[in-house]
Amino acid sequence: MMEIGIEHYLTVAAMLFTLGVFGIFLNRKNVIIILLSVELILLSVNINLVAFSSYMGDLVGQVFTMLILTVAAAEASIGLAILVVYFRNRGSIAVEDIHLMKG
Amino acid sequence: MIVAICFYIFAAVLVGSAVMVVFSKNPVHSVLFLILAFFNAAGLFVLLGAEFVAMILVIVYVGAVAVMFLFVVMMLDINFTELRKGVQEYLPIGLLIGFILLAEMAAIASGWSMSDDIATTITSATPPASEVTNTDAIGRVLYTDYIFLFQVAGLILLVAMIGAIVLTHRNRPGVKKQDIGKQVRRRRHEAYEAVKVKPGEGI
Repeated sequence: MMEIGIEHYLTVAAMLFTLGVFGIFLNRKNVIIILLSVELILLSVNINLVAFSSYMGDLVGQVFTMLILTVAAAEASIGLAILVVYFRNRGSIAVEDIHLMKG
Repeated sequence: MIVAICFYIFAAVLVGSAVMVVFSKNPVHSVLFLILAFFNAAGLFVLLGAEFVAMILVIVYVGAVAVMFLFVVMMLDINFTELRKGVQEYLPIGLLIGFILLAEMAAIASGWSMSDDIATTITSATPPASEVTNTDAIGRVLYTDYIFLFQVAGLILLVAMIGAIVLTHRNRPGVKKQDIGKQVRRRRHEAYEAVKVKPGEGI
């Protein structure tokens, strides 16, 4: 119990991942919360990578964590830009209205 | 002992704030709890000996991404109570899928163990922390073996920046702005007019 192994970190990451997926299902109408949940999922993946990197003594995991961080920042900025444009055009951010481009 | 106590504090606050991100009624509170979650994740990274990634997490997420979320949440005039209507309806299916996911991950974790010859699979071993700092070690790996991925990451950020600007930029009518093309196109005969004025009379 007092010896913190890799399993402890993996458990925390698994809980975070589940909470993220759960948040996507729970707040299906609110795009902002969905984006926040995606950030939580990416954070759990980062915790996994850093935990394995630390316990295996391999630095590549931390390098890949930074790449994930980059992609997450890009994804958040593009997502929020789309959200702002959508709100300007429609006056709401309800997700279920976003099927206008359906063929 | 100290490490274990710190781990349990960080992990508990991290999971608790993640719960609050998902469940809180006000999205502003959600974003603030997300910031708390990132701080605690950075604490976990420090415990794991990855100081550089921890500081990057604080700078990039708390300093940039979360503030951007706050800006957008506060800028848009959204009726959030309207958006929370279906929550009760989605709660059972969400819980079901959450439990299935957790059960699957528990099943994986129960039958999992680190391989004995794990040392042979390491591509770039961590140098001892007493000789090389974490930042230095990451730099040595990142700028030599992974320089191409590093450049691609920069390109992704550039594309994201251009995309965000192009998406949100708009030309509003009625705003006076300098139009250099129009200034250059202007000819002399458009600019002034020669009028014959008779002596003793005005125009």
